[in-house]
Amino acid sequence: MDIYLKGIKIAYSGIAVTIEITLFAVIIGVALGLIVALGKMSTLKPVKVLFSVYVELLRGTPLIVQVLIVYAGVPMLMQKYGIDFRWEDPVVASILVCGINSSAYVGEIIRSGLQAVDKGQMEAARSLGMGHFQAMRFIIVPQAFRIILPALANEFIALLKETAILSVISVVEVTRRSMLWAAATFEAWPAYLGTAFVYLTITIPLSRLVAYLERRMAQSDRGK
Amino acid sequence: MIEVSNLKKQFGKLEVLKGISETITENEVVCVIGPSGSGKSTFLRCINLLEMPTSGEVFIDGDQINKKDVDINKIREKLGMVFQNFNLFPHKTTLENITISPIQVNKLSKAEAEKEAMELLQMVGLQDKAGVYPASLSGGQKQRAAIARALAMKPEIMLFDEPTSALDPEMVGEVLQVMRDLAHRGMTMVIVTHEMGFAREVADRVLFMDEGVIVEQGSPEEIFGNPQNERTKSFLSKVL
Repeated sequence: MDIYLKGIKIAYSGIAVTIEITLFAVIIGVALGLIVALGKMSTLKPVKVLFSVYVELLRGTPLIVQVLIVYAGVPMLMQKYGIDFRWEDPVVASILVCGINSSAYVGEIIRSGLQAVDKGQMEAARSLGMGHFQAMRFIIVPQAFRIILPALANEFIALLKETAILSVISVVEVTRRSMLWAAATFEAWPAYLGTAFVYLTITIPLSRLVAYLERRMAQSDRGK
Repeated sequence: MIEVSNLKKQFGKLEVLKGISETITENEVVCVIGPSGSGKSTFLRCINLLEMPTSGEVFIDGDQINKKDVDINKIREKLGMVFQNFNLFPHKTTLENITISPIQVNKLSKAEAEKEAMELLQMVGLQDKAGVYPASLSGGQKQRAAIARALAMKPEIMLFDEPTSALDPEMVGEVLQVMRDLAHRGMTMVIVTHEMGFAREVADRVLFMDEGVIVEQGSPEEIFGNPQNERTKSFLSKVL
């Protein structure tokens, strides 16, 4: 039994890094995602195309490939042009890649949320003399936010799990901790059982929260 | 007060308005009737530019509004609009629905806006609903709240786009009563409606539209009592 507890403990020692990366990546993801959403809804064709390509590229390639391109590829490219650059800390590169990757998904979440608000809401706001920006700020965005929130929380959960692949660039997060311990002790079974357990302690409460948010949203939607 | 000349509107290839010219004067109550798809709502929505006319001119108080460098937000303050589906803001209470625009657009203080809003709620008989969200109002109450919201901007003209079409029959009366009161106070009103009895009672003038044009117009007595055009006759024989 002790060996299992040890496995959990080892995995837990990486949780700060996992959460740190996820949290900052989500912040970047939401900030960039907002721009992506607005870009994709733009009436200017070139802007729209640019952001559509951005989203397609990021959603169409595996995260691990994006990580390798930025962490290993970019420094090599820069050295080729005589710039001495390498990532001091793989965590920084990880946050950046995960944030950019997430922005593609978050952008689509925000866009669909904004577009899910009834068209009549914008018309009502405009007919009351509000400008486009005021209508967005006071009427559309607050309503879209409630639609978006559960999906955003789901994205947070998905991203948290995806950070496991950062172990390949030696970020010492939850999975990497377990891998190192398993390699040193040959206790693969308790090691990775512990890893799974640790992820579940975060993802289960979060997905319960999502379910709660969705229930509450369904209630407030009734009879608008 | 409102003048439209040779107003046309196309959605893609579909020509919804085929050249409408009409003048609506101050204090006038005009009801627009006609079959579905005749362009009634589009005509109304062109007046406050929720739909941009494809061609033609719209004048409010003598100024053309459908051209560049017109501050449409300023114009829309003069034009209150009431929608078929109410379009109340579901995340705001009844009171907040009414005060948001006076506070944000007209920069009224919150206290002042709320005082005025309460007077309007009193007028439409919803003073005890100030704190509740639209979800818990009945259809008739929602529409009365929406009318109060439009009035809060002190419009010179009120546009009604089938205000009772989405209501259960027993709630139509309360909304029409509020509109009747408004008409008696001298508000200039353009009402797209299927309530023929109401149009007959309150309208100064009735416009009958079909297939994107105003086919016939006149006093309620003329239109309902002695229609001249075949299409008007046929429409009225079906709905009366």
